[in-house]
Amino acid sequence: MSKVIPIHKGLDISLKGSAEKVVARITPSVDYAVKPTDFQGLTPKLTVNEGDVVLAGAPLFVDKYNPDIRFVSPISGTVSNIVRGDKRKLLAVVVTPAEEQSHVKHDIHDLATMPREEVIKLLLESGAWAFLKQRPYGILAKPTDTPKGIFISGFNSAPLAPDIDFTLTNESATFQKGIDVLLKLSRNVHLSIQTDISANSIFKKVKGVEMHTFEGPHPAGNVGVQIHHLSPINKGEVAWTIDPQHVVALGRLFLTGVYDVSKMVALVGSEVKRPRYFRLSAGVNISPLQSYIDASHNPRYISGDVLTGSNIGTDGYLGFYDTMISVIPEGNHYEFMGWANPFRMKKYSMSRSYFSWMFPDKEYALDTNVNGGQRAFVMTGEYEKVLPMDIYPVYLLKAILAEDIDKMEQLGIYEVIEEDLALCEFVCTSKIDVQQILRQGINLMIKEM
Amino acid sequence: MNLLKIFIDKIKPAFEKDGKLKMFHSTFEAFESFLFVPNTTNNKGVHIRDVNDLKHTMTVVVVALIPTLLFGMWNTGYQHQLAIGGDMTFFGMFWFGFLKVLPIIIVSYVVGLGIEFVSAQLRGHEVNEGFLVTGLLIPLIMPVNCPLWMIGLATAFAVIIGKEVFGGTGMNVFNPALLARAFVFFAYPSQISGTKVWVAGMESGNTIIDGFSGATPLAHAAANEINQLPSFSDMFFGFIPGSIGETSTLTILLGAAVLIYTGIGSWKVMTACVAGVVGTSLLCNIFAVNAYMELPFYYHLVMGGFAFGAVFMATDPVSGAQTETGKWIYGALIGVLVIVVRLFNPGYPEGMMLAILFMNVFAPLIDHYVVEANIKRRIRRVQKYKKIG
Repeated sequence: MSKVIPIHKGLDISLKGSAEKVVARITPSVDYAVKPTDFQGLTPKLTVNEGDVVLAGAPLFVDKYNPDIRFVSPISGTVSNIVRGDKRKLLAVVVTPAEEQSHVKHDIHDLATMPREEVIKLLLESGAWAFLKQRPYGILAKPTDTPKGIFISGFNSAPLAPDIDFTLTNESATFQKGIDVLLKLSRNVHLSIQTDISANSIFKKVKGVEMHTFEGPHPAGNVGVQIHHLSPINKGEVAWTIDPQHVVALGRLFLTGVYDVSKMVALVGSEVKRPRYFRLSAGVNISPLQSYIDASHNPRYISGDVLTGSNIGTDGYLGFYDTMISVIPEGNHYEFMGWANPFRMKKYSMSRSYFSWMFPDKEYALDTNVNGGQRAFVMTGEYEKVLPMDIYPVYLLKAILAEDIDKMEQLGIYEVIEEDLALCEFVCTSKIDVQQILRQGINLMIKEM
Repeated sequence: MNLLKIFIDKIKPAFEKDGKLKMFHSTFEAFESFLFVPNTTNNKGVHIRDVNDLKHTMTVVVVALIPTLLFGMWNTGYQHQLAIGGDMTFFGMFWFGFLKVLPIIIVSYVVGLGIEFVSAQLRGHEVNEGFLVTGLLIPLIMPVNCPLWMIGLATAFAVIIGKEVFGGTGMNVFNPALLARAFVFFAYPSQISGTKVWVAGMESGNTIIDGFSGATPLAHAAANEINQLPSFSDMFFGFIPGSIGETSTLTILLGAAVLIYTGIGSWKVMTACVAGVVGTSLLCNIFAVNAYMELPFYYHLVMGGFAFGAVFMATDPVSGAQTETGKWIYGALIGVLVIVVRLFNPGYPEGMMLAILFMNVFAPLIDHYVVEANIKRRIRRVQKYKKIG
């Protein structure tokens, strides 16, 4: 085992409702959707119309500027709705499943003899290319790039995150196959695990990857933090990242010839009656999960974790990259003189001016209240405590606000995406929308460079 | 509580965009959010947030100031009694000081908050909590005999010129409270120096007891009257004349403990300030040419406004250095400058105010070099990678 890389800065927020390691079954969903908004920076171009019948694995839309990159239907059925927002922005393509499921079948060749171009071609045709994200910027990988490495985080450190080891149970062969596919794309495939990994973890049997071990609080499990410590992204460099369950889906594609994005998803949070795992497909309508939710506190349904996920509502669709659904109470209520009371035992603070630090094991049921009003940057040194990177986050954010491209580049915008600075936003006394500002900066970089 | 909420909700429409009282929208919002933490929820980015907000943070600083404030009130009465004679009780002295200090606090808050409310409304911002602390700091660094109109004028100057013209709390270059003091210091020097201003009652024609000078320890020291200095313990506990809140190092240390424990005041800045003073005064001891330069370093830590400035002023996150490395440099240079001004400047016996204001100006420069170093590390990394690659 390689040497352990310690992460000292960060914060583990202990929340109520982590998932029991049990897989539950639910009734099939009424519909599925692929949401272009799940893919940062994508301009989609529709390739279907309402009423079209599609197979599982058939394209629904493509990248307008790179039509080779396809986004395909997770199931076979009928395109029942094309959801558009302001300025006719495409928000979702909804597919109602057919009774009989049939898949687009891809020819499988012997991977060992397949050239890199053939592998890329199959990934693009099958829709599996969307599994690959690139750093910098956290956008879709470009088929023309050769990355300096492909990075996989073997653990998720976000609040209430699923146990990735558990989600890969019995997937040893498919995972290895997926890794073999990745090795065709880049010679350097890095897999990061944490120190307290179980002895029979499938990561222990994986061949061909460079293993790294991390130890420390969230965001140690963020692939961006891991890249920063292993091989930071410099100007002009590109690295790719992929989620372990997508590695499995890659393996499945090359073993069976079928695009299948079903994965283990954790249903977690204080409003979940019995938090557990479900086998769900990306894009599934989550309304059948209702029966697991205690709806008495006006719950918010989040696809993803509570720091970075998106609010999808009671009948929204599971995000493409998300492996968890967090359900927490809305906080749209007033609190009398709340700021003056240091004994708000139901609330959590990193600051010692509250007493929550005295109860490190207490599990909190935090709501979505902002807990104050937005202010200018006042306090200093807060962000630095939860960002284990050699980056000055406030200076980076100010460079973004000033739209100073050179400064953004110099201060490390290539190395971070929203999830890496999410904890900064959580602890911010001034309640600044850190992730939104960062994405503005990234979008500006993409536009200008 | 519910009745109060119902009442607020009832009058709220008048302060909204189309309401009759819309010119008081910011003021209303400030009072509403003072009474009730708003019901806004996170709708972009994180879904949960730390419960700590700026109101709470500022409240903790105010709490940290309370021991100093209470002692300052008592000491006002105590010094008055020393000067005039008589036998006031403990509570008598406190009550005397309370009545002297309270009007100063009220003037500072009314003037400062009034301006904050108006400028928040003009800008369409929410009222920022920064003045909760500034409004209490200003009285604590003024001499008790300072006329109220002067406090009001100085506060207005500090808030308008020191803060609002830059864009409000978070944007200011100088510590606003110190700017208020500097305003009085340069505009009305006779009201903030000499021997008559520090003790209540010394200007009003009362008979002063023989031998009571009313001079602060620093004034004695600057006049090279080292033998007239109060004892170290008197200066540590604060039984000496001086600005209302600066005298008692003990109560300031209590405040420092609160700030450091909660993480709101930077222990790095405080430690660096002390280290700067200790280092510089030891150096001066070696090259001493007069009795003041021979003074041991620990006297400098308890005299004048050093302790108060190091704990409550230098740690201001907005006007001080903002990088962690920068905080060490910033604090240490404040410590160095205090001693330099005290020992080598014939004009001003006290150096803390000028040292901090001076370093406020240089804090962005210090941060600039710290951040530049980070940028250089990133550039070097590219070059290293290119060589290998």
